Amino acid sequence: MLRIHVKKQQGSFTVDASFQVQSAGVTALFGPSGAGKTSIINMVAGLSQPDEGSIVVNGRAVFDSKKKIDLPPEKRGFGCVFQDGRIFPHLSVRSNLTYGMKLVPKEKRAIGFDQVVELLGIDHLLQRRVKNLSGGEKQRVAIGRALLTSPSLLLMDEPLASLDAGRKAEVLPFVERLPIQLSIPILYVTHSLDEILNLADTLVLLKSGRVQSVGPVESIVNQRDLPVFGDRDDTGSVLATFVDHHDNDEGLTYLRMGSQFIKVPLFAADIGVPVRVRINSRNVVLALSRPSDTSVQNILPAVVEHVNECDGVFIDVRLDAGGPVTARITKKARSDLQLMPGQQVFVMIKSVAISRGSANGQDRSI
Amino acid sequence: MSLPFLTPLESDALRLSLWVSSWAVLGSLPLGILTAWLLARWRFPGKVVVDGIIHLPLVLPPVVTGYLLLVVLGRKGLLGEWLYQGLGISVAFNWKGAAVAAAVMSFPLMVRAVRLSIEAVDPGLEAAARTLGAGPVRVFFTITLPLVLPGIFTGLILAFARSLGEFGATITFVSNIPGETQTLPLALYTLTQVPDGEAGAMRLCAVAILVAMIALIASEVTAKRVEKRLRG
Repeated sequence: MLRIHVKKQQGSFTVDASFQVQSAGVTALFGPSGAGKTSIINMVAGLSQPDEGSIVVNGRAVFDSKKKIDLPPEKRGFGCVFQDGRIFPHLSVRSNLTYGMKLVPKEKRAIGFDQVVELLGIDHLLQRRVKNLSGGEKQRVAIGRALLTSPSLLLMDEPLASLDAGRKAEVLPFVERLPIQLSIPILYVTHSLDEILNLADTLVLLKSGRVQSVGPVESIVNQRDLPVFGDRDDTGSVLATFVDHHDNDEGLTYLRMGSQFIKVPLFAADIGVPVRVRINSRNVVLALSRPSDTSVQNILPAVVEHVNECDGVFIDVRLDAGGPVTARITKKARSDLQLMPGQQVFVMIKSVAISRGSANGQDRSI
Repeated sequence: MSLPFLTPLESDALRLSLWVSSWAVLGSLPLGILTAWLLARWRFPGKVVVDGIIHLPLVLPPVVTGYLLLVVLGRKGLLGEWLYQGLGISVAFNWKGAAVAAAVMSFPLMVRAVRLSIEAVDPGLEAAARTLGAGPVRVFFTITLPLVLPGIFTGLILAFARSLGEFGATITFVSNIPGETQTLPLALYTLTQVPDGEAGAMRLCAVAILVAMIALIASEVTAKRVEKRLRG
């Protein structure tokens, strides 16, 4: 259990955040820049001091203003991965990795050096000079360095934000493996929805230093009244599915969501693996009767739940298709179809993005 | 060490200068690094005053500093009497006193150079080391200190050069005793005060220039090497 209640005045900005999550898995602190994400993670790490409050991890208070507890960072036993890597420039890659490990008594080391090196694929970097590492390699070394301290909690502050798309794709799979292969709880700061869908189990939504909402990723992301997607162009919804079966002849993987299937191009994944499917509202087409002559593979019966005029030109239609789906259509389309809440329609989904459990999160057109 | 082209007085002065300056610089180095670290990384009450006192020798007339040293550390001085009676240590009118004078005069230069390079070290690296389990002292010795080595070398050379040139505080505090406190600048001064001293004065000038050049070049080369090793 991770229980955080912190208050801190920083100039004219106040962080006043309280939340409580099951510590297992990945908890993402999400929000626009300036929401206080990094401030909170620094307070958890012990690198800055809250004015008041308490930080309790698995029943152990590392900060409590009332009980006058304030453990210095080196006594907290949390691993930190920073956005800028912070690899020590005067040490070799190997010495960077073992810097914290050496300070942990042998009998308390939960993760072995070889295990970490293999997990992060950094075997070939060990003898390299830090200067010759790419951004992505630096981040992998930084993650390894933190893991080798056998932390009880891993704090990651936008570890991928400073990397370009290519480097991100290089590091993300390694980060994805962490919660699966090691049972270290992770507190992950990000402003990238992609990273959340790929990694997080629980979402803590922050705005202006305050917690707006806490809960499982799917339920928060699909709450339309919360500005998770903000005014972003890529509004959509996220469906929790799992791999039902593969069909090699059709070249399709069937994802099950309740009693419905979502078909996506064949990809390697074990049966039963949970997969998040992200559907962009712009890729959803509505029809009043089941269309027959179409290339679209995913045609699901759905019920209109809500029709929302969003910005004068487009209309967002929220539907229940066994899971939440949103369609963004024009005003003209709405009046043509005479859409009303409670109406039976069919949704055609042109393409979905798959997160988590997949090799990568790229769009798969269907 | 007796150089063939120098008179005994001149070579004594050169040897004494190098000896006194080395002691002054190496003796004050640990305190200099500590002070620079405190000033660069910590906030404490009275920091401005401490900073001011350290920099005083840079702005005071050296004679004033020398006189104050005499008042404080002379055999009948505030600290000097206690040092002499209690520990049998005397720095009055001997080479140790000359080293103290040189150390005090060059201290601000050393602290400035080290402090600047400590301030140039990304505090994020130190914070990262803390989260990896290292306490402040370990962080200082394993992260900060190795990264400021170039600055320490610069500080050492600056302070060494300043010590070699120290005149006013030395002559006021420990006088001008050949073989004991007569460093190169003092010998040079003496030679300009006697008839037929010009030749000797010129030779000492040449020696001073030579020593300074060697120190500067050595510092450049070392700093570059260290820099290269640190940054890969």
